[in-house]
Amino acid sequence: MPRGWAGLAMLVWALCWPVPGLGKEAAPAAEDPVLEARMVRITGELRCLVCQNQTIADSHAGLAIDLRNQMREMIKRGDTDAQIIDYMTARYGDFVLYRPPLKATTALLWFGPMGMLLVGAAALLIVLRRRQRMGADKFELDELDTAEDKP
Amino acid sequence: MIPEIGHFALWLALGVAVVLGTVPMLGAARGREDWMAVARPAARTLFVLVAVAMACLVASFVRHDFSVLYVASNSNSALPLKYRIAGVWGGHEGSLLLWVQMLCIWMLAVAQFSRHLPLAVLSRILSVMGLISLGFLLFMLLTSNPFERLFPVPADGHDLNPLLQDPGMVFHPPTLYMGYVGFSVAFSFAVAALIGGNLDANWARWTRPWTNVAWVFLTVGIAMGSWWAYYVLGWGGWWFWDPVENASFMPWLAGTALIHSLAVTEKRGSFKNWTVLLAIMAFSLSLLGTFLVRSGVLSSVHAFATDPRRGLFILAFLAVVIGSSLTLYAWRAPTVGLGARFALVSRETFLLANNVLLIVAMGAVLLGTLYPLLLDALNLGKISVGPPYFDTVFVPLMTPLAFLMGVGPLARWKQAALPDIATRLRWAAGVAVVAALLTGWIAGRISLMASLGFVMAWWIVASLATDLWERVRPAGGMPTHVMQRLRLLPRAMVGMMVAHFGVAAFIFGVTMVKTYEVERDVKMDVGDSTQISGYTFTFIGVRDVAGPNYQAVRGAVEITRDGAKVAVMRPEKRVYRVQQNPMTEAAIRPGLLRDLYVSLGEPVEGNAWIVRVYVKPFIDWVWGGCLLMAFGGLLAATDRRYRVRARREESLPAAVLPGASHA
Repeated sequence: MPRGWAGLAMLVWALCWPVPGLGKEAAPAAEDPVLEARMVRITGELRCLVCQNQTIADSHAGLAIDLRNQMREMIKRGDTDAQIIDYMTARYGDFVLYRPPLKATTALLWFGPMGMLLVGAAALLIVLRRRQRMGADKFELDELDTAEDKP
Repeated sequence: MIPEIGHFALWLALGVAVVLGTVPMLGAARGREDWMAVARPAARTLFVLVAVAMACLVASFVRHDFSVLYVASNSNSALPLKYRIAGVWGGHEGSLLLWVQMLCIWMLAVAQFSRHLPLAVLSRILSVMGLISLGFLLFMLLTSNPFERLFPVPADGHDLNPLLQDPGMVFHPPTLYMGYVGFSVAFSFAVAALIGGNLDANWARWTRPWTNVAWVFLTVGIAMGSWWAYYVLGWGGWWFWDPVENASFMPWLAGTALIHSLAVTEKRGSFKNWTVLLAIMAFSLSLLGTFLVRSGVLSSVHAFATDPRRGLFILAFLAVVIGSSLTLYAWRAPTVGLGARFALVSRETFLLANNVLLIVAMGAVLLGTLYPLLLDALNLGKISVGPPYFDTVFVPLMTPLAFLMGVGPLARWKQAALPDIATRLRWAAGVAVVAALLTGWIAGRISLMASLGFVMAWWIVASLATDLWERVRPAGGMPTHVMQRLRLLPRAMVGMMVAHFGVAAFIFGVTMVKTYEVERDVKMDVGDSTQISGYTFTFIGVRDVAGPNYQAVRGAVEITRDGAKVAVMRPEKRVYRVQQNPMTEAAIRPGLLRDLYVSLGEPVEGNAWIVRVYVKPFIDWVWGGCLLMAFGGLLAATDRRYRVRARREESLPAAVLPGASHA
């Protein structure tokens, strides 16, 4: 394309451009972005009860929208995060929390992975040490092919 | 008529599966060659019959045969052709058929490309696969017949769930199932070897390429699913720790452990028992995943109660498969040899540690996925286990794994020395820390979590570079030899490096997007604009568009950078006519360094809309990393030693399929 054409295209494109002043800087969707951020952080760990595995923050469901509004009110009123979560738990039970609370019935859930890691590591050590103590006759003939290791 | 043909084909397939599951197995036990010879033709017949059933179901969908209950529930006369075909696996019954279809494809591949296997071994493998298909066919015919007729015939169908009307639905489930079901090959090889008592290095060599290919499919399948969730769910997340995702992730973790363990078993003959156990585990988790997703138990344990036959069959089938294979294992494992000796510090040990971490991670995902179901079933209350839990337990397990990924490949087989490894990796460690801090600084902010992620990513890259350099470095000062040595690297090793590099890219992408993503939720009138990360997003307006089976509002948002136009993005909000649920179709402008992501929220006063815009740095590296891992797996599966063996032992021409060049 000749340079002139490119210049013309640029000009046409610049004319199509919204004139400054016609469009304005878009307003934040929320009245108070700080409050909104806090609300999103709290609802991001709460389950929308009428949806299929979505957080209240992400959901478009009517209930979730109502709850988000309610939480904005609670934040405005000066409630702490803990108070809001307590309120939600009192109303909907532990089911609403994506971070299950630590209690007798969830101890296994929270400590299970650490327990498995300890058991796994211990089992690994025991197996390896037992192998070390075994006589050479217990093992198969060593056919180490070193080709892969040498450059 | 067509549905009846399909139904009849399934019953015939059931009969063939009975024959395949028993005759060759007995033949192998008694040394009857004529009985064993049944295996291959029976496997082929089974494939053909299931393919016929599949074709009949597809035809019923394509022809809008709403007299078939399953078609009426998952299709509609306005549904486009590609989604009518994908609708075949849009529900429970059809998914089971797809599962069996995939199993038959793998079975056919084993039958075609394993001529060099001793007949008894091949017979046992195909027999075990036949028994698995028998279970699934019985389940389908007794409780979930996809060809069930509906009377009176409804005027139109209930439509496919709008969430599933996406190109992702066409490719994601078949790829994922191909991976899931692919582990049945490793499982069947393992069970066959346990029965036949031939768990040797050859067994590991046979299993390895098959497992790699299954793992490649699973990796790609999961990545596709994640990408689909990213662009369709509206808020640009890519992993939600949803039970459905976990169901596919658990076999992946077990499969990843398996391919590493197989490496040791093939090379050194060690950990045979453990490898067999992993093969059983990977496939059992695939089964568990299929049923978790398909039984409805996830939404509520009480879904089981609405159709107790399905629930009971599933539990019984899982119990039979897992129970019998573990019993066989317990009986046979003590007789299996220990393999070659290795020292406490050796590559074998590092790979075992990798396995411990991967399996514990898998256990954590399993625990978090099943725990709410268990509590509910025991009437101990209803809880939710979500991303906060998984992030908390998962990251601490993956961090040491990333560290080991750097150390393992440099350690020698049999005996390694820690001081030697430390000396060789000291540069890599320094480079990793400096590069991580530098990355954070360039990105604009150095944070603790981000630095941890960057250190992991750079550590993997730097130790890979060290490993590569040690392998190709000129020994006698002849620089020309470097290229030559590079070419001589075994393809399996290149595959390992590519896959590990993929992990680094993945970690890098995750860290970048988690730390430096910028999001803006704005109210936009026509002509309004907002700036983030140097991009200006200007709202041009919305207009109504009509899709084949939906109404949509399509927005236009122009993006400029330094006055130059980058793109016009068109996010949509759709309402599907039949099921009437709203769907958000985000507009995404992907890029190597960042994705621009625009999603329409709700209309507000006048012509204004709530618009959510994101700049997501390096998010494509998440899936790019997965694709690199998959590519690495493919390279490893097509290593010369499998191809050479296959060619040497096969009288037939070399196979065409990737899974074929196995051995």
